Amino acid sequence: MTNSIREIPVSEAFLIIGSNTTENHPVIGSMIKNEVIRKGKKLVVVDPREIELAKYADVYLQIKPGTNIAILNGFMHVILRDGLEAKEYIKTRCEGFDELAATVKKYTPEYVAEICGLDDPEKIVEAAHLLAKTSPMALYYCMGITQFRSGVNGVKSCANLQMILGNLGVAGGGVNPLRGQNNVQGACDMGALNAVYPAYQKVPDEAMKEKFEKAWNATGLSLKPGFTIVESLNAAIAGDVKALYVFGENPVMSDPNQHHVIEALEALDFLVVQDIVLTETAKYADVVLPGFSFLEKEGCVSNTERRVQKMNRVVAPVGDNREDWWIIMQLANRMGHPWKYEKAEDIFEEIRQVTPSYAGITYERMEKELIQWPCPTEEHPGTQYLHKDKFSRGLGLLSGIEYTAPAEEVDPEYPIILTTGRLLEHFHTGTMSRNSRILDAIVPEGYIEVNPNDAQNLNVVDGELVAVSTRRGSIRIKVKVSRRPKDNVVFIPFHFYEACANKLTIDALDPGCKIPEFKVCACKVEKIAV
Amino acid sequence: MGNGNITLTINGEEVTAQKGQTILEAARGNGIFIPTLCYHQKISKTGACRICVVKINDRMIKTSCTEPVTEGMKVETEDEEIVEIRKGILELLLAEGDHNCLYCDANGDCELQSLCYRYGIEPSGSDFPKNTREIDYDSSYGLKRNENRCILCGRCVKACAEIQVKNVWSFAGRGSHAHLTSDISEKIGDSSCVACGTCVQMCPTGALSFQQVLGKGQAWELTKSSSICIYCGVGCKIDFYTNREGQLVKALGCDDGPNNGHLCVKGRFGFDFVQSDKRLKKPLIRKNGNLEEASWDEALDLVVSKFSGYKEKNGPDSIMSFSSAKCTNEENYLLQKFMRAVIGTNNVDHCARL
Repeated sequence: MTNSIREIPVSEAFLIIGSNTTENHPVIGSMIKNEVIRKGKKLVVVDPREIELAKYADVYLQIKPGTNIAILNGFMHVILRDGLEAKEYIKTRCEGFDELAATVKKYTPEYVAEICGLDDPEKIVEAAHLLAKTSPMALYYCMGITQFRSGVNGVKSCANLQMILGNLGVAGGGVNPLRGQNNVQGACDMGALNAVYPAYQKVPDEAMKEKFEKAWNATGLSLKPGFTIVESLNAAIAGDVKALYVFGENPVMSDPNQHHVIEALEALDFLVVQDIVLTETAKYADVVLPGFSFLEKEGCVSNTERRVQKMNRVVAPVGDNREDWWIIMQLANRMGHPWKYEKAEDIFEEIRQVTPSYAGITYERMEKELIQWPCPTEEHPGTQYLHKDKFSRGLGLLSGIEYTAPAEEVDPEYPIILTTGRLLEHFHTGTMSRNSRILDAIVPEGYIEVNPNDAQNLNVVDGELVAVSTRRGSIRIKVKVSRRPKDNVVFIPFHFYEACANKLTIDALDPGCKIPEFKVCACKVEKIAV
Repeated sequence: MGNGNITLTINGEEVTAQKGQTILEAARGNGIFIPTLCYHQKISKTGACRICVVKINDRMIKTSCTEPVTEGMKVETEDEEIVEIRKGILELLLAEGDHNCLYCDANGDCELQSLCYRYGIEPSGSDFPKNTREIDYDSSYGLKRNENRCILCGRCVKACAEIQVKNVWSFAGRGSHAHLTSDISEKIGDSSCVACGTCVQMCPTGALSFQQVLGKGQAWELTKSSSICIYCGVGCKIDFYTNREGQLVKALGCDDGPNNGHLCVKGRFGFDFVQSDKRLKKPLIRKNGNLEEASWDEALDLVVSKFSGYKEKNGPDSIMSFSSAKCTNEENYLLQKFMRAVIGTNNVDHCARL
C-alpha cells in the first residue's frame, strides 16, 4: 500500500476494484464498512461478483472478469471530458498526460459498457463523478486487478486514475494493493524474487553484484535474472531445471494448470520440500525437511502497509523439527560457506546492512514503535505514506494503457467464464486453515458458485454435483446457487484439493511480471447424468 | 492550563481533563478507578448498567461514562450511598441470571465476578422470579451463548455493529423479558454471523464464549504471548493463550497491532494446525519409492550432495527454489542469499503472484 491502514478514517471515498475485502482482508473490510455505513463515506465497487461491499456501495459496477482496464479508462474518459481532473497536480507532479488523454479518448461510457457487459453506461459517469468530486479518495485493489495477462497494465491504470485525481502522496488517498499473505510484502522486500536483491536492487547491475559480493563475502554472483515460478516449471519439463527446493509453498495446489505442475515435478531429478505438514507437493519430494510453524519461530514480517512487526515464539516446537533459518544455514555450511547465525536477530542485523529501506529498523524499535519502511536510519520515524511532495522516480508517470482481452474467451464449447479466489474461512492451499478444526468445520468442502439464471439453464440445483471442465482438466464439485456472480460467470475457491480449481485454470502469464491469469478462463459446467 | 483543558475535583483532588471527556475518562486518565460493565472504550457509550454512577457537586447521581466534565465540577466516585447503589445493581444482576462460576469460561476473567468480589455480594438465595433465557452451545462452530449469564450490557450488540459492522446481535423483548437475539430470532450458527469473535472478546461475563476453550485451562493458568497472524497481509497482532501443558487455548486481538484488537475468523480460530497430528516431526527421505524417516545429517547431506552435483554438472541455473510468503523476512533473506551466494543462480521466486 502506498498509504496506511490507520488512514482509512481520513479517506472520504473508496474505490474497491478486484478485492473481496470483507472476506480476504476482513479486518480492513470492517474498517471500510464502518466509514461507509456509519459515517456516510462514498463507495464505488467494481467486481464481477456481487460481494458484500457491493451492498453498501453508492455505485456498484458488475463487470465481466478481465475488463478492469476498460472500466478504469472509462472513469478517466469521463473525468477528462468533464474537466474534473487535478490540473495543477498533473502539471507539477506528473508526466505523460497527453499520451494518457489520447488513449482514454475512445473509452466513452457506451464503449466501456459494451466491453464490460454493463447495461447502463450512465452508472460509469455517476461513479467517475463521485470519485472525482470526493477527496481524498483511496483506491484498494487485490488479485482481481493483478491476476490477469494484463495484470501490470491493470496496476498502471489504477495509478493513472489516482494521479489524474491528485490522490497519490496524500493522507487518505493512494493506490493500495492488499497483500494476500502475512509476509508477501517482506518476501518481496527481501529479494525472494528472480530479478532483484533485497530492497529491489537490480540483479543485472554490476554495482549491485559488487555490493553483494562484498557484503556476502562471495564471488561470481550471477547477473542473469532467474526463472519465475511458472517459467521454472516449464524449464523442468524441458529438462533445464533438475532440482527444486520448495520452502513453505505448495505449487501443486497454488499454481495454475495443476496437471502441468505435476508433470514438471515428476520431470525433476530431485525435489526438496521444507514444510510443516506433508503437503500435496511434498508427496512428490525426494527429501522432506520439517520446519517450524509460525507460533514456534522468532523473526519479523512486513504487512500490506509496509509495517515491520516482530513474531515471537508462543509454543514449543514439535518433534525433531528445526528452525527454518537453521536448515538453510546448515545447507550453506555443508556446501563450504561458513555462515554463523545464532538467532533470527543476527540475520536481521545483516539485512539492515544491505537493505536501505530497512536500515533504520531494529528488533527493539519494532517492539516499541509502529514502524513502516522506508526507514533509512535509526533516527527516521518510518514512512506512513509514499510519494509525498515528490514521486520516488521524480515525476509520476502517466501511461496510456489499452484494454486487452484475456487469453481465453468463451466459445460454444467452453461457454462460461470461470474465475477463482478465496473464501473468508480458508487460506490459500488449505495447509493451515483446513488443518484448523473450527475453520474446517465451518466450510469443509469446495463449491462452484452459479448464478440462478445459469443454474436454470444448466438444469442444476443447489447442492448438486456437476462436472466442470476447461481445456486443461476437469473436476467434480457441488453447486452453490448464488446471486453473487454475474450472469455467465462461475466462481470456484482454490483451497480444496478434492475439487481443485487449479486443475482448471490457465497458465497464461503477464509478459512483464509473469503473473498467471487465475481470474479468467473459459469453462463448461455439465450436469452429471444420473 | 493548556487550551481546551478543564479543572475539576475528583475525590477531593484537583485534576485536569480535556474538554469533551466524560467523568469516567477523566478519572481513568488520572488513575482513579470507577467500576464499569456496559462501558468499553472501543464502542459508543451506552449508559445502561448504572454501575459507574458517581456523585456530582454533592447532590446529583449520574453515570460517569456519559456525563461530560465541566469546569469546577466536584465528583465523588465512591461514598456510602454510591456503594449501596452499586451493591443493589449487582444483587439484581446476580438474582436475575444463573451465574455459576464453577463451570464458566469467564471464571477469573469476569468483570461481573470481580465487582461482586469487590463489593461483597453473594447470590441472594431468595426465590427471585427468573426468566429462563436461551442456551445455545451447538449451533455455531465458533461461538457459544448462555444468556442466563447475560447482563444485557449491550457490548456485543455494539461490537458487532461498530467494529465488525455486521449488526448480527440486537435486543428483543421489553422489561424483564429483554434478551439478546441474532438477526431475526435465529440461532447464532444460522445467522449471518461471520464468527469473528469480537463480541466474545468484549463480553464482560461468560454469556458469550469460544467453543474450544472450556476445560482447557482457567484464566489464571493461561500464559499470554503475542505474535502476528499467519494468514492475510493485514498483519493483525494476536495475543495467544497457552495452558500449563503448552497447548494453545485461545486467540484474542491485541490492541497494539494494525487491527486495534479486532480479528477475523481465521485469526481467531485458525491456529490449532500448529499442534495438529498432521505435523511433520522428522526429516523424510524417499527410499524404494516411499518417504521414510531419516536423521538430519542424512537428509541435509543428501540435499547438499545433490545440489553440489547438479551445480557442477548442469550449472547453477539447473537448481530452482521457491521461497515463502508465509515465512519471515530473515528466512526469505537467507534463502535468496543461499541461492545467489552458495548455488550461484538467481533462480528464486515465491508465491507473490499466486
